Amino acid sequence: MTKVTMTVNGKSVSKEVRGNMLMTEFLRDELHLTGTHVGCDTSQCGACNIHVNGENVKGCTIFAAECDGAEVGTIEGQANADGSLNAIQQAFQDHHGLQCGFCTPGMVMSAASLLKENPKPTEAEIRHYLEGNICRCTGYHNIVKAIMAASGQDVSSIAAE
Amino acid sequence: MYSFDVVRPKSVADAVAALGEEEAQALGGGQTLIPSLKQRLAMPSVLVSLASIDEIKGVSSEGGAVKIGGGTTHGAVAREVASSYPALAAMASNIGDPAVRNRGTVGGSLANNDPAACYPAAALASGATIVTNTREIAADDYFQGMFTTALEEGEIITAVSFPIPEKAAYIKFEQPASRFALVGVFVAKFGDGVRVAVTGASEEGVFRWTEAEAALSGDFSAAALDGLSVPADGLMTDLHGSAAYRAHLIGVLTKRAVAQA
Ligand SMILES: Cc1cc2nc3c(=O)[nH]c(=O)nc-3n(C[C@H](O)[C@H](O)[C@H](O)COP(=O)(O)OP(=O)(O)OC[C@H]3O[C@@H](n4cnc5c(N)ncnc54)[C@H](O)[C@@H]3O)c2cc1C
Ligand code: FES
Ligand code: FES
Repeated sequence: MTKVTMTVNGKSVSKEVRGNMLMTEFLRDELHLTGTHVGCDTSQCGACNIHVNGENVKGCTIFAAECDGAEVGTIEGQANADGSLNAIQQAFQDHHGLQCGFCTPGMVMSAASLLKENPKPTEAEIRHYLEGNICRCTGYHNIVKAIMAASGQDVSSIAAE
Repeated sequence: MYSFDVVRPKSVADAVAALGEEEAQALGGGQTLIPSLKQRLAMPSVLVSLASIDEIKGVSSEGGAVKIGGGTTHGAVAREVASSYPALAAMASNIGDPAVRNRGTVGGSLANNDPAACYPAAALASGATIVTNTREIAADDYFQGMFTTALEEGEIITAVSFPIPEKAAYIKFEQPASRFALVGVFVAKFGDGVRVAVTGASEEGVFRWTEAEAALSGDFSAAALDGLSVPADGLMTDLHGSAAYRAHLIGVLTKRAVAQA
C-alpha cells in the first residue's frame, strides 16, 4: 500500500491505495464518486473518462498511484458553482444528447476537453474527437449537436430531429 | 490483476536501478500494459512508471532529424512535429482516440511492437534510430517479429530519432473496433531513395516492401507500382480480413500514400 494525495474537483484527498488500484476504483469505491462509469474496463468505451492535470484520460487505464500529486476532475465537478448545469450539460439536456445516460459522464468530460482545445469545432472535428466515446443509445447525432450548441454555434443545419 | 507496487522514479538512472529488481517492468502510458495486466497476461512485482522522468519527454530538432523522447505521448508528438514532420504528426494524431493519445507513448509503442501498431511503420520507413539507456539501435535491426524487439530485459527507450524525409505519408486502413491498423503503409522519400514500411499485415510484424521501394526510388508515382504485389503467403488471416485481402490492401494503400505524400 502507498499513500496518495491528490486534488479531486478542487478538494484535497489522501488515501492508502494498492499499487494495482485503478482511478475508476479509487473514485468510485474509495471516494464514492460514482459518476465516473465503467463500461468496458478494456480501454475502449470512454465512459470512465476523467481529467488528470487538465488532460482527458481513461480512468480505467491509469492507476491511482500514478495520480499522486495530480489535479483530477470528474463529472461531479462539472456543474456551475451554484449547482446548475454547465453549458455542456445543459446543451445535452436541451438537445436530447442522452438516452440511458450511461456514456454521458464520459461524453461531457471529453466534450469539455475538446472545447478547451478547440472552442469552435466543426462537426467532423467533434466526431473525430469522440472516437473513443461509445454510445449504445443515441446514434451520436444529438451528442454532436449538443456539443456544437455548447460551443455557441448554430445547429439548425445539422438538425434531423 | 495480480498485486504489484508502482514506483515513480524521476531520472533514467533511478528507473534503470528500479528495473533491476526481480520481475520489475516499465510502465509507459499503460495503454497496452494495463489492459494486459487486467487479463493477467503479465505478473510484475513492481511497475516502474516512466511518466515522471522529464529527461525522456519532448521533441528537439537535430540536423535533419526530429528526436522524440521515449516518454513523449502521441498527443504531444502530434502537436510538436506538426511543422517539422507533418506525416509523423498525422500518424500520431490518428492513433486510438484522444484519451489514448494523452497517455500512450512512443517508447511504449515501439517496445511493445504490436503487429498492427502505427509507430513501428513510421520508425522503419523513416530509418529511425532507437536510443536506449545503453545504446543506439537502427530501426532495421530493432524489429524482430511480432511483439519482439532488440531490447534487452530492463532496457529503456529514452528517445527515437526520426530523419525527416523530403516527402512522406502514412495511410491507415482502420480496424474500426480496435482503431489499430488493419493494414497501414508508411512511405518516406529521401534524397537517396524511398522506404516503404507495412504494418498490420505480416505474421512477422512490421516489414519493408523492398520491391515497391526500388520502383518508387526510380519514379516516385503511384503508377510506378502498377503490376507489383505482395504475396499473401505469411500475411495474417483473422476475422477482420484474410491474407489475400491484406495483400490487396498493401498495394492500394501504398499507392494512396505515394499520391498523398
Ligand atoms: C483503444 C486503443 C486504441 C489504440 N489504437 C492504436 C492505434 O491505432 N495505433 C497504435 O499504434 N496503437 C494504438 N493503441 C496502442 C497505444 O498506442 C499504446 O499507447 C502503445 O502501444 C503503448 O504505449 P504505452 O506508453 O501506453 O506503453 P505501456 O502500455 O505502458 O507499455 C507497453 C510495453 O512497453 C514497455 N515500455 C513502455 N515504455 C517503455 C520505454 N520507454 N522503454 C522500454 N519499454 C517500455 C512496457 O514495459 C510494456 O511492455 C491503442 C490503444 C488503445 C487502448
Ligand atoms: S470503462 Fe474505461 S474505456 Fe470503457
Ligand atoms: S445514452 Fe445510453 S449509452 Fe449513450
